Amino acid sequence: MATDIIIHDKKDNVGVVVIEKIAPKQDCACWIMEDDSSTNIQSADEIPLGHKIAMVDLKEGDTILKYGHDIGKVVKSIKKGEHVHVHNVKTKKW
Amino acid sequence: MEIPKSFLGYKRENGRAGTRNHVIILPVDDISNACAEAVANNIKGTIALPHSYGRLQFGADLELHFRTMIGTGCNPNVAAVIVIGIEPKWTKKIVDGIAKTGKPVEGFHIERTGDIGTTMKASKKAQEFVMWASEKQREECPLSDLWISVKCGESDTTSGLAANPTVGNLMDKLEPLGVHLCFGETSELTGAEQVCATRGATKEASEKFMKTWSSYNDFILKEATDDLSESQPTAGNIAGGLTTIEEKAFGNFQKIGNCKFIDVLEPAEEPTKGKGLYFMDTSSAAAECVTLQAAAGFNIHLFPTGQGNIVGNPIEPVVKLTANPLTVKGMGEHIDCDVSKILSREMNLSEAGDELIKTTLRVANGRLTCAEALGHREFVMTKLYRSA
Repeated sequence: MATDIIIHDKKDNVGVVVIEKIAPKQDCACWIMEDDSSTNIQSADEIPLGHKIAMVDLKEGDTILKYGHDIGKVVKSIKKGEHVHVHNVKTKKW
Repeated sequence: MEIPKSFLGYKRENGRAGTRNHVIILPVDDISNACAEAVANNIKGTIALPHSYGRLQFGADLELHFRTMIGTGCNPNVAAVIVIGIEPKWTKKIVDGIAKTGKPVEGFHIERTGDIGTTMKASKKAQEFVMWASEKQREECPLSDLWISVKCGESDTTSGLAANPTVGNLMDKLEPLGVHLCFGETSELTGAEQVCATRGATKEASEKFMKTWSSYNDFILKEATDDLSESQPTAGNIAGGLTTIEEKAFGNFQKIGNCKFIDVLEPAEEPTKGKGLYFMDTSSAAAECVTLQAAAGFNIHLFPTGQGNIVGNPIEPVVKLTANPLTVKGMGEHIDCDVSKILSREMNLSEAGDELIKTTLRVANGRLTCAEALGHREFVMTKLYRSA
């Protein structure tokens, strides 16, 4: 089956869209690189290629994990399937 | 894939090998650019390397200027060098530094002669050099004569997913064959610095890395007037889906695969600890970083991009790869190696690494890169602080 979303590490709470875009309420096939496993998610938003989708519900102050590592903090709560980007996540540096 | 054990390069007087055979006209300072460009215009097959600095610099900044100038002339991709400066002293310092390689080099200064007289004298010597260099033949050289530098640019999430790990896969496969490798971009490791430090081959290398990173970070925090969200990640990075510097850093870090770095280099410093991976303290601006790596003696560069950086270098061929299918579609003339099939899972990382090795060897053997064919010759000096 074609892959719509790739997740680096099984600890990650976000995935990356690898098709041109996904539409709202699209059932997406996800592939986890680390252990070559698969999962599914229904999107809530339209999300373009290269952008991230929340794999779980996230609340303000939560840490975003990608590559199995901390890549920033949630500044506005995010529901599973929603677009994750600069509007709801900020760096912990600088 | 069985990796070829050799490539066709130009053997140099000091035992190094080049992937190119350039005769360069190197201005010592900004005001000698016009004369250097006039010589390169007169004598076909030579290239001038104009830049913006070289006057009234002092201390570590001046040392870096000389190291970059001398290192560029010493690079094995350069067969012979004409150095042109406004006055004799600094011109001679650069000529003497390059002459240690044993390659033909001659300096000219403009004071008391003027641009026209200097152009005439330097052109005669440049003609002699380029005709001599034109008889050099490519010969079989061991793969370990490749010094490969890497840097990514206009990154997006496809860089961290696929293009950068492809470079990492190449490093994992070529490091055991004795090549020199170099990564840099001190500021773009921010967020991944602790993880990067654990990749030092020795305690000294790890500590040197943390010291270098902390010093760069202190400088950024001192100069920053805002939270840097406009600069790092860049607008291009954000359009491509990268949200924070930490995310960018972990993507960047994929380029070194599972290798460990054996030493930390100053900007433009030549590695002296033998084969293996080095970290160099550089800016993350593409042209500045590649210029420093070329000045340290690296003879071929790998440049993964997401949204489509188009940088080139006058002496070190820059091989571009991308995993972003929209970049391949929209600006394919800049892409030497397309690994976008990783995203659709029609290609795995090892296959992509093999493709990149094949492309790298074709370029090492003489195939022009996209950036060379399109005339990209970005030569940008790194300046540490204001001149006197």
